[in-house]
Amino acid sequence: MNAAPTATVSAGPILDISELSVALPSWADRPQAVKQVSLQIGAGETLCVVGESGSGKSVMARAILRLLPEPQVRIVDGRVLLEGEDLAHADDKRMRAVRGGKIAMIFQEPMVALNPLMTIGRQIDEILEAHTDWGKAERRRRVVATFEDVRLPDPARIFGAYPHELSGGQRQRVMIAMSLVLEPRLIIADEPTTALDVTTEAQILSLLKELQQRHGTALLFITHNFGVVAEIADRVAVMRRGEVVEHGDAEEVLTRPRHPYTRALIEAVPSLVPRKGIAGTDKSAAEPILEIRRLDKIYGRRAQGASWLTRWMPGLGRGRRQAVHAVNQIDLDVKRGSAVAVVGESGSGKSTLARCLIGLEQADAGSVKIAGNEIVGLSRSAWRPLRSRVQMVFQDPFASLNPRTSVGDIIARGAILQGEAPDAAMSQARELLTLVGLEPKAAERYPHEFSGGQRQRIGIARALAVKPDILIADEPVSALDVSVQKQVLDLLDSLRRRFGLTMLFITHDLRVAAHVCEEIVVLKSGRIVEHGKTAEIFADPRHEYTRALLSSVPGRDWQLRLVGSSAGPGTD
Amino acid sequence: MHGTRLVRYALLRLLQAVPVVLGVVVLNFLLLQLAPGDAATVLAGEAGGAPPEYVAELRARFGLDQPMLVQLGLYLKNILLLDLGYSFRNSAPVLDLILERLWPTLLLMGATFVLSVGGGVVVGLLAALWVRTWRDHLISVVAVIAYATPLFWIGLMLILVFSIWLDWFPTSGMEDVVAFNEGWARIIDIAHHLVLPTITLSLFYLALYTRLMRATVLEQRGAEYVTTARAKGLTEGRITMRHILRNALLPVVTMAGVQVGALLGGSVVVETVFAWPGLGQLAFQSLFARDFNLLLGIFFLSACLVVIVNLMVDVIYVLLDPRIRVGGA
Repeated sequence: MNAAPTATVSAGPILDISELSVALPSWADRPQAVKQVSLQIGAGETLCVVGESGSGKSVMARAILRLLPEPQVRIVDGRVLLEGEDLAHADDKRMRAVRGGKIAMIFQEPMVALNPLMTIGRQIDEILEAHTDWGKAERRRRVVATFEDVRLPDPARIFGAYPHELSGGQRQRVMIAMSLVLEPRLIIADEPTTALDVTTEAQILSLLKELQQRHGTALLFITHNFGVVAEIADRVAVMRRGEVVEHGDAEEVLTRPRHPYTRALIEAVPSLVPRKGIAGTDKSAAEPILEIRRLDKIYGRRAQGASWLTRWMPGLGRGRRQAVHAVNQIDLDVKRGSAVAVVGESGSGKSTLARCLIGLEQADAGSVKIAGNEIVGLSRSAWRPLRSRVQMVFQDPFASLNPRTSVGDIIARGAILQGEAPDAAMSQARELLTLVGLEPKAAERYPHEFSGGQRQRIGIARALAVKPDILIADEPVSALDVSVQKQVLDLLDSLRRRFGLTMLFITHDLRVAAHVCEEIVVLKSGRIVEHGKTAEIFADPRHEYTRALLSSVPGRDWQLRLVGSSAGPGTD
Repeated sequence: MHGTRLVRYALLRLLQAVPVVLGVVVLNFLLLQLAPGDAATVLAGEAGGAPPEYVAELRARFGLDQPMLVQLGLYLKNILLLDLGYSFRNSAPVLDLILERLWPTLLLMGATFVLSVGGGVVVGLLAALWVRTWRDHLISVVAVIAYATPLFWIGLMLILVFSIWLDWFPTSGMEDVVAFNEGWARIIDIAHHLVLPTITLSLFYLALYTRLMRATVLEQRGAEYVTTARAKGLTEGRITMRHILRNALLPVVTMAGVQVGALLGGSVVVETVFAWPGLGQLAFQSLFARDFNLLLGIFFLSACLVVIVNLMVDVIYVLLDPRIRVGGA
């Protein structure tokens, strides 16, 4: 089944996994999470394991350290040799010595991977306490030195800080420091940059690469993102449904993928080149349907709670929280029928802007006109007739559909509230389901019966049910696998053309923006820093922040090379 | 700096509690007005009947002939001056009566609180560690039974078994009044009397906290930071004590704060069953004597007690969880 490893591993592998199989409990969708996987990692080498959700890549990584929820999920076959020693059959005491000492692990979400009630320093100190007999002062020196190594600012402060007091990037640096502190032979990183912004991701990737070279550590890197693979991998293994379908040199796999699944994954990576012919109708003639003028939204200025008291005694409840200017003096015109991407990193105010436009947040100042109707300062009841004009597709398809309501009701309810007869709304819901590529029968079923991509289709059908003029899509594909991402983006694009919708597309990913929108607005700290035609911005970014965003896209060079050589992926 | 902010927060909360307590007082006052009869009719009834003039004279003496709103205004004014009024029934100031009964109740509540929260945390943790073994099932079954059994019945059964059959513990009261114990002997005597009432009042809450603790420990055991701790090479014992326990305590602390008020209610039954000379028993007696001044005084004090305990719980919560910031609006 496995393709023979094309790259030779120098001087014996650090880790040699052979024929590893991990069993799933009987109620799972397949008997084995990992099937007969064989991989080797040499000293100082980076092996990327790529796969979509459910491919078994994370289970495989955890099986190495035997961190599986045994006995339901357990290794049933194969060997995991760490420098010749079989970990699959080692006892608990031996495993504890290996964990953190010889093999360390970095997790995806540093916020939940750190204990919220313990200081950062103490959480790292624990490793040294468990594995060494050093004194307290010596351990502290080592932890602080490691903080400096991963370039955390002000190590002494970080030592005593709690996880919630750090930024996402700092927390991931802490996780890296945690893995490095005992200079292990192998670091397993499970999607360590997926939860981070692109610019932070780029920094963390280059940090990992640099540290790995300096310490000579082997790195097993789990990811779903081929861009990241192009940045750091020496060798690549592609996993699908528990099996390795392709395995080889990174350069080889990235430029000449052999397995069709690998090709599909690479093709699904959003292109760095804006699509041609996206321009659509001549919009210079169209009137603006959305006019935003000097829009302002500030969080945390007013003291909340205990207000009757703080009014008399301001000293008592004096808040220390700083006001956050989430949306700062934004001016934007969106023409009817156009698609505009609002791009920014977390905290840039892009979601707040969207929520102000749809009335989920009240703007503090400024004006927003939807087809000539002012919406800033409207009461809830005055909003109601406008609800059918603007609709939103939400980010998380798992959280945004009521699990106790049938899909048909979810879609039809908006139209019924707008005065449609229930029967007509229901039959319209069935049509919409067909339109978004689902069976009309789906109306009787419940959200949990659908996959992430299907749920997002339901979310889109729900938004379309009231026949809106403007569709606001708030990161509609960021929770989906790459191959599904592309399908949903294409669906949004075709629907918008078909119904002449105006679309405001909120995203952190410039490539996704380029895929569906002809215009891009770049937001930073609540302000628009750049606004223009997608093609022009990609060709010639004016603002340095836009340039930073563009150059941080992982695998950028690889993608440009693919485009440059006339033979794209999958066409050799 | 953290300390001063905490003190400021506590002061703010105490000030906020003033209107809450006053609201409780007004509500109680109005509710008691709805009850049929008053102290004058009860006194007259106990005397074996009395002429209407005598009842009217009693009413005038107690101020019960005034319009209701005037009575309420007067009462509120007195409360603000910390004057809880006079119990004509007991011929003593209400404050004196309450203070005399306060500490037995606090003793009973404190012992119950420690036993139920402490015991619940330990037993719940054990049940979670032994999850899906016979020990876990046994704990769960016993907890459900304790949860479902009425308080007074448990009290009576404990008296029957441990006092009457086995003669290990006294049947009622707080101390052996005829022994005139002093110092340590008295403390031991009181502790001896305390055992059965505490167990009776605790069982229900013990079961509640056990179940809550078991559930949260199981939930926390699946958390990602526990996997991280395991990946560090820590032993299971260390992971449980250092990482899981503290995180699992947070919901228990929240629940304990909410339950303190209910504890006060439960103590009425237990104090009656065990003739424990506390506030609950006093409330029970004053209710039947229509001694509304005394009853209102007890309600007022209970409200204050609940407010203070809730504040204490919130402060403990801030100390346990660094994510909660106080002072910042």
